[in-house]
Amino acid sequence: MLALAGAMPKAAQAASPRVITTFSILADLARNAGGPDIDVAALVGPNGDVHVYEPSPADSRALAAARLIILNGLGLEGWMARLISTAAAHAPVVVAARGVTPRTTETGGVDPHAWQSVGNAKIYVANIRDGLIAMDPAARESYETASRAYLATLDRLDADIRSAIAKIPPDRRLVVTTHDAFGYFGAAYGLSFVAPQGISTDAEPNPRDIARIIRQIRALEVPAIFLENAIDPRMADRIAAESGTRIGGKLFTDALSPPGGPAATYLDLMRHNLRELTAALAP
Amino acid sequence: MYALFVTPFIEFEFMRRALVGTIALALAGAPVGVFLVLRRMSLTGDAMAHAILPGAALGYLASGLTLGPMTLGGIGAGLVVAIGSGLVSRATILREDASLAAFYLISLALGVTLVSLRGSNIDLMHVLFGSVLALDDATLILLASFASLTLLVIALFYRLLVMETVDPDFLASLTRLGSVTQLVFLAVVVLNLVAGFHALGTLLAVGMITLPAAAARLWAKELSGMIGIAALQGIVASYAGLLLSYHGGLPSGPLIILTAAFFYLLAVIFGPAGGLLRRLRPRRHLEA
Repeated sequence: MLALAGAMPKAAQAASPRVITTFSILADLARNAGGPDIDVAALVGPNGDVHVYEPSPADSRALAAARLIILNGLGLEGWMARLISTAAAHAPVVVAARGVTPRTTETGGVDPHAWQSVGNAKIYVANIRDGLIAMDPAARESYETASRAYLATLDRLDADIRSAIAKIPPDRRLVVTTHDAFGYFGAAYGLSFVAPQGISTDAEPNPRDIARIIRQIRALEVPAIFLENAIDPRMADRIAAESGTRIGGKLFTDALSPPGGPAATYLDLMRHNLRELTAALAP
Repeated sequence: MYALFVTPFIEFEFMRRALVGTIALALAGAPVGVFLVLRRMSLTGDAMAHAILPGAALGYLASGLTLGPMTLGGIGAGLVVAIGSGLVSRATILREDASLAAFYLISLALGVTLVSLRGSNIDLMHVLFGSVLALDDATLILLASFASLTLLVIALFYRLLVMETVDPDFLASLTRLGSVTQLVFLAVVVLNLVAGFHALGTLLAVGMITLPAAAARLWAKELSGMIGIAALQGIVASYAGLLLSYHGGLPSGPLIILTAAFFYLLAVIFGPAGGLLRRLRPRRHLEA
């Protein structure tokens, strides 16, 4: 319930929200696509991990009362189908990523992090807008106005990302990171994201794996590494010092930060990541 | 051969740093460990090693994975338990081993709880198992200074320590420095455990002190020989453990301690000063 309350706009706290999304980024997109009058809540709030979420009984109640359910699709919310059926939710379901060209991950699965490309986020917004109109045809005009303005903002964001990346010399457009969420971003904007070989949070770091990462970074001449949350920061410093690379800051992937944080909205999230990346990759 | 035994240390600075750090631990740990073993205080050392955890965790809570606060917290908590368990065993009917076991359990539970209050699993693993592969300049300097200080203090108090270990009553009849010596020694133990904690973590820190010393006790009969052998074994265990963990892709701290444990087993079996074989096959008596 706390997670719900945290993601709820003030106006929504009296009535139960009409639009339930699975995670914070979708909630922000829905809020922008629908304009100020719709009540949106996210099951997985800011900083939560949508991949491994454990639904609570309160989530079932919220879903049962919802008038529209928005989820990402592409296999992100594996827990959602069962939750919808056990909650006996009857609201129509919008799959926000419908129409996105899916990418496969290195391990062969579908990469669900499609919103990391602004072009895909525009598809999300269009899908959400259509779902909102189907839910409440009387408010069609207000949804269309809000969506149109937001889509224009997304276009500007997209152009800004492209021009910022264009300023990075092509041979420096390479990042080593433990985040596996940047496939769509990299494909859309021409950055390469390489996973470090052998780093895992499951096991104690051992010298062979660290040596392998250092050799990998040296061989590829990677300008920056983003290993945040995966290893001891002093270990990251050591790897950077020995491979002649730079350590980047925190990148946001599949959750917004709480309000007031550096990535409280989707726009903030994308601009924050862009700043971190360009700062780390600048010559 | 060269590629196998030397190249990892030439190619990677983190390997050199790990080696230097653990050698410092081995050098200082040798005399400390030998006196612990001779004074039958090996388990005290173990309990104190765990006692460091909640103190370091408090430092961690205050300011994250930083060297200074975690060191100060560790030293503080180690001293409290060293003195506290002595007081409990003197003030109650509990023997020292029982009060040590109690302090040890409390410390471990409290420490893990404190770290989990703020930290991630990575931080907890770092605190429990150390980060010998991520020794930065500050940590290396700390390890080296603690080792130098330890050797200096042991050298200054050497005669007093020997007397206090061998015949405390005799020392008490000569001078009142006996209890001072004991306190100084406990402080040195804490210092070494805190240093070991930074490299090997709270669970393994005492291994670098106790294992080489226990093994050395079975190789040599007199004190200086014991200390020398303990230091040598600690250094070889550091080098061999790092090398094995590099080639095997295994965590370094545990491998270093396992190598030291291997030397200990060798000593238990073959040690000429009280090892198994020596006891099973006593030398023949001289016959008239």
